[in-house]
Amino acid sequence: MIPFGGWEMPVEYGGIAKEHVAVRTAAGLFDVSHMGELDVRGPEALDLIQHITTNDASKIVDGQAQYSAMAYPHGTVVDDLLVYRHSAEHFLLVVNASNIGKDFEWINSHNRVDATVEDVSEETTLLALQGPQAIHILQPITSVQLRNLDYYHFTRGKIFNVDAIVSRTGYTGEDGFELYFSASESEPVWNGILEAGTAFGLVPAGLGARNTLRLEAKFLLYGNDMDGTTTLLEAGLAWIVNLEKRDFIGRDALLKQKQDGVKRRLVGFEMIGKEIARDHYPVFVHGREAGHVTSGAPSITLKKNIGLAYMPSEQASIGTTFQVSVRSKFSEARIVRTPFYKRTATTDG
Amino acid sequence: MTPDDLLFTKEHEWLRIGGETGTIGISDHAQKELGDIVYVELPKPGMRFKPGETFGSVESVKAVSELFIPVSGEVVEINEDLGAAPEKINEDPYGAGWLIRIRLLNQDETADLLSAEEYDDYTKEEKE
Repeated sequence: MIPFGGWEMPVEYGGIAKEHVAVRTAAGLFDVSHMGELDVRGPEALDLIQHITTNDASKIVDGQAQYSAMAYPHGTVVDDLLVYRHSAEHFLLVVNASNIGKDFEWINSHNRVDATVEDVSEETTLLALQGPQAIHILQPITSVQLRNLDYYHFTRGKIFNVDAIVSRTGYTGEDGFELYFSASESEPVWNGILEAGTAFGLVPAGLGARNTLRLEAKFLLYGNDMDGTTTLLEAGLAWIVNLEKRDFIGRDALLKQKQDGVKRRLVGFEMIGKEIARDHYPVFVHGREAGHVTSGAPSITLKKNIGLAYMPSEQASIGTTFQVSVRSKFSEARIVRTPFYKRTATTDG
Repeated sequence: MTPDDLLFTKEHEWLRIGGETGTIGISDHAQKELGDIVYVELPKPGMRFKPGETFGSVESVKAVSELFIPVSGEVVEINEDLGAAPEKINEDPYGAGWLIRIRLLNQDETADLLSAEEYDDYTKEEKE
């Protein structure tokens, strides 16, 4: 056998399954500093955000965050991102690590209002504290009143004595927080949170668990589940495309695709056989290759093997079965409702 | 400590010879690299393989890895317990986590395998 290589970030600390379960039942701490942060300022910053993103940023207020995307003129995805509104004249965009350079250039090339766009990724640390115990771990060490902080809202405050943005967001399907602060404080804050969380069952968690957690919650991964070749509507992201907004890049194409009908759709599936569908495995419908698995992994919570794949729209309904080619053998799969996992408890606090 | 009665491939399988049969598994180093093993695909008894051929695969949460047979053999037994408990490979890679037993078809081929000491050196080098 050949052990899997190619990862350069901490994939795991104590085993993916253990970390995954800890996040679902207690808490996990992720270092996701590789994510990109772009600071946008200027009197007409909102106008720029509205022009380059597909969701309607005028609907969020100061201290609120919004999941959104940037589209190419033909409706495919430049990147998906979080838009944080400090004020109408100051936004923070959080983008995917692999897209930082591309996004920065894209935004600047459409910057018709002369906003200042600054890439602050290098000097920003981002830790994600996720899980049902996250609020109880963070509250004693922050100045922020966490129970007053709603989902997808953020505020400035202290963690220990460090200035931070505390945001009630995450990529795991659990309640939790994302913490942005100066990279020079990374180590003491990371160690401090881990220590504060020990009694609550907090564990450090890596990119492996981050991937299995986000897949269960059907959070899409750029580069796998959507990219410059798939439109936002095909990816099932119509909910972040606000066609009522008059002018944004990609609007015409997305409007036309909505009117004409979407030809393929990203679906969630579970394997009927014991085999595990992995990223890039080909997918067959009635013996004909129809696409490939964009993300596939064992679901640690559900104890099933799950995945996402693009399917022709006429074969994309719940319950439809198809085949995944697993090392040149066909294995049956069935389209299921997503998200695969949804937490039952309401947000605590 | 790597048991010194075993022979190893550079692809991280081990072979324990007992008379005319050999038991095959994956090394402790390999199970650590893979992480939590969740699925094992093994051949049917009676199947024959030549050195280096794929006889199955192991899957962890993060990846799938093919298994390569160290020497020529005919499968006489597979570890049925792994179907329900693949984590035995993580827990006890040189014992309860064995994969298959084969009837050895050409004992001379073992000359190409690594001793425990050579294998340990090899994995250290690989890391560096």
